Amino acid sequence: MENDRAMAEAALTLDEVPREELESAVIRFAGDSGDGMQLTGGRFTETTALAGNDLTTFPDFPAEIRAPIGTTYGVSAFQINFGSRNVMTSGDLPDVLVCMNPAALKVNLSELREGGLVIVDTGTFTDKNLQKAGYEANPLDDDSLSRYRVMAIDISKLTLEAVKECEVSKKEGLRAKNLWTLGLIYWMYDRDVAATVEWLGTKFKKLPNIAAANIACLKAGHAFGETAELPDGALVYEIKPATFRPGLYRTVTGTEALAWGLVAGTQLAGLKLVFSSYPITPASTVLHVLSRLKAYDVVTFQAEDEIAAAGAAIGASYAGALGVTSSSGPGVALKTEALGLAITAELPLILINSQRAGPSTGMPTKTEQSDLYLAVYGRNADAPLVVLAARSSAEAFDVAIEAVRLATRYMTPVVVLSDTFIANAAEPWRLPDVGSLEPFPVAFHTDAEGFQPYRRDEETLARRWVKPGTPGLEHRIGGLEKDYTTGNVSYDPENHQRMTDVRHEKIARIADDIPEQEVDQGPVQGPLAVVGWGSTYGPISRAVERSREAGISVSHIHLRYLNPLPRNLGDLLAGFDKVLVPEMNMGQLTTVLRSRYLVPAESLSKVTGKPFKIAEIMDAIRAHSEA
Amino acid sequence: MNDTVAIPALTPQDFTSDQEVRWCPGCGDYAIIKAVRKALAEIGTDTKDVVFVSGIGCAARFPYYMDTYGFHTIHGRAPAIATGVKLANPELDVWVVSGDGDGLSIGGNHTLHALRRNVDLNILLFNNEIYGLTKGQYSPTSREGTRSPSTPLGSVDHPLSATRFALGAGARFVARAVDTDQKRLPDILKAAHAHKGTSFLEIFQNCIVYNDGAFDAFTERKTAPETQIFLEHGKPLIFGKERDRGLRLAPGTFSLEVVPLGEGGVDEAELLVHDQTNRPLAGILAEMEPPDFPMALGVLFCSPEESYEAAVYAQIEDAKAKSKADGIDALLRTGHTWTVEAR
Ligand SMILES: Cc1ncc(C[n+]2csc(CCOP(=O)(O)OP(=O)(O)O)c2C)c(N)n1
Ligand code: SF4
Ligand SMILES: [Mg+2]
Repeated sequence: MENDRAMAEAALTLDEVPREELESAVIRFAGDSGDGMQLTGGRFTETTALAGNDLTTFPDFPAEIRAPIGTTYGVSAFQINFGSRNVMTSGDLPDVLVCMNPAALKVNLSELREGGLVIVDTGTFTDKNLQKAGYEANPLDDDSLSRYRVMAIDISKLTLEAVKECEVSKKEGLRAKNLWTLGLIYWMYDRDVAATVEWLGTKFKKLPNIAAANIACLKAGHAFGETAELPDGALVYEIKPATFRPGLYRTVTGTEALAWGLVAGTQLAGLKLVFSSYPITPASTVLHVLSRLKAYDVVTFQAEDEIAAAGAAIGASYAGALGVTSSSGPGVALKTEALGLAITAELPLILINSQRAGPSTGMPTKTEQSDLYLAVYGRNADAPLVVLAARSSAEAFDVAIEAVRLATRYMTPVVVLSDTFIANAAEPWRLPDVGSLEPFPVAFHTDAEGFQPYRRDEETLARRWVKPGTPGLEHRIGGLEKDYTTGNVSYDPENHQRMTDVRHEKIARIADDIPEQEVDQGPVQGPLAVVGWGSTYGPISRAVERSREAGISVSHIHLRYLNPLPRNLGDLLAGFDKVLVPEMNMGQLTTVLRSRYLVPAESLSKVTGKPFKIAEIMDAIRAHSEA
Repeated sequence: MNDTVAIPALTPQDFTSDQEVRWCPGCGDYAIIKAVRKALAEIGTDTKDVVFVSGIGCAARFPYYMDTYGFHTIHGRAPAIATGVKLANPELDVWVVSGDGDGLSIGGNHTLHALRRNVDLNILLFNNEIYGLTKGQYSPTSREGTRSPSTPLGSVDHPLSATRFALGAGARFVARAVDTDQKRLPDILKAAHAHKGTSFLEIFQNCIVYNDGAFDAFTERKTAPETQIFLEHGKPLIFGKERDRGLRLAPGTFSLEVVPLGEGGVDEAELLVHDQTNRPLAGILAEMEPPDFPMALGVLFCSPEESYEAAVYAQIEDAKAKSKADGIDALLRTGHTWTVEAR
């Protein structure tokens, strides 16, 4: 019934207000850490997905759990780009900026596009809050905001009015002001409040008064839009549903997609998943998601540190399960010795690296792609392994499955590179039918006849995987160099050369088992190729598309396989006069490509902790096309 | 009636691999491996179900010499790796072999957490009070003043007691033994094996090359009966060749004292009786050292509780029983989904 009424309300609005049709819009919700901005963004995302728009989100929050209220470093933001066309990034510049306090305005205003709309809660623009945010004068009173459209509303006061009938304290009531604001935005973009009403009912099932207060605020914000005399200009918009491939969809973050991909991958391999990890931002959430999947036979282990987490995963693989570990930044650094053991013991292992800004602790909640060297090269001695990177939240599911396939088929560790952006960003995902994916069951070796632990498959060069408990196959392995066939400890000089060669060759040959590199868009040869990996996919893709629309000949190549690289990549790059590599690091893939193919790759580097803007890449494309 | 076949009894030889043993001649490790093979043969576990996991060090070479499954891993991390083995397959009989450097220095953290979690592992800590493999530097169990290549003027830091560390970490089985004690060591190993949960066994191991005679004060054959006390649950704490000395709490204190028994001495009824389920008692027994006290050997503490991996699997089974989980495709379809129709 609740739904019906909300729907009727929405229909009414649509009839009465002439709505300007937009192709896409970018909204940023910004407020204090305690203002519930991530929740607000999450609800807006769900409603927008249900309305059939394509979307990408960018949650951007401080490392401090509860920074002092009202400070600029306590500002938490959630940006969403949504549209009736394909949406590839979280948006360069917001069209609408919602500021729940002066600090949020201070931190975010410079990013609002000129002429954009800023919505502020005037109730929080007190002298004290202004001072905390570092304002000498109230920006609402001078011409600070003259280049923007402003909706200055005392949201705090209106929220308290909305909850008058609800049995909540003033403090509890005020906490619902994010929902009041969300209601207003729903009205502006002609969104249905029903899904959020339902969600609030479930979330606060045990606190019906809080549920009622939140719902009352949501509706009050919505009603305010309908009735208030708003500033000039069209303020209500319509964004038609995007055209998606037919199918069943949901929204998914990279964290969820990776976790579910691991479950799917181990099922396709016929293995038990043992996931062990030590909490660290932004990797912890993979542990959180998997620890709720016990009913799927998933074993999770919160180890005492990252070394133990990697060790336990190796132990699990040794015992015949698939060991997976996951970390970020300094935690990944701690795992390097263990990776060396998995490489020489030739055991399957997956390490998920949710990269974050560094060095050292760096900026834990900010994104970066600066662990490519660490993944490809970062171990003592010659220690090759497989490196894959996910380009988007949804694609992380496929990458996780591919990691399981390669780790088990080649008895090797696989590093999966994700990053803070992918971990947190949500996007619509056309659900695969896992039941119809090709299984790749692991065949454990059980034949005692002529068994040698390091005898290899001629094609893959992988050694056999034997589960302890198998009769007649008792054997010992370890970190000391092993004889090529018997696996017994060996210090023989020629043998070490041969073992080093074969470890190298095993990984190199994987290039024959992965797809050739395709060109994502643009000609397969020409003046300029933009080569990327990981989460820069969205902005590069859009920048190349727009540049091509503007008549520039440019192609986009995006790598999933970073070690080994696709077998045709060298030839492909040789067909371009110039190679431009945008990366959220100081040019790590650029170095890899140069050293591997002797191509004059040039780096476009950005390490601000924020994703590339489309315009930044377009500028670089233009510069490289003109020069 | 079903056919029955005679299962051939296992011998220590069944646990001996074809690899040449590379410890220095006279090293205490030889005596330990002999006792372990004997104990395993007597336990009768199938070699296929036994896994030895070790870190790095002389002691850690142990798995290579056992004809079981074995994994010689990285320095200090064996307890963590063994925990992973047990989580993947709780049926396996998993042993960890570690040295004082491996298990208490670089790997102290992992030993601590395996013990507090109570993973069903048998941890054998070969304590030779020295870093053998790296040629004789002092270790965290070396006594103050130990001269070594890295402490030519004698070490100045305070040593750690492995046994007290284990008790403090919450271990539920803590025992001590001497490498060459072939009479008792196999039995203590069997008791460690029988205990479900982490069993921690400190074995005093003589490094003949870098720390020879480190434990002479209580292992010298001639004086041992006077300098050791072998603990047995429920029995009074008596020692001495003539069984003429005992331990009791000094009246009005929480300190032990050695008292003469029999004529002119105290009555046996006044002695402390060993209670292996009493952690504080284990603590004060572990404190004893010659020359004032005998060294306590045997099972100091044993008080079983559900092991970690058993509890982990109980949660999984419970979740499975309660869940309506219906395959991965159903999982992906939980929460809000929407359908886009073909146009
Ligand atoms: C990460 C790492 N650091 C240092 C070493 C060198 N190392 C090997 S064994 C060892 C100490 C071994 O002492 P202990 O554990 O007491 O074993 P023992 O040789 O005495 O049996 C050291 C420092 C190593 N192998 N790995
Ligand atoms: S150095 Fe010491 S501990 Fe190592 S093998 Fe030789 S005697 Fe044994
Ligand atoms: Mg030692």
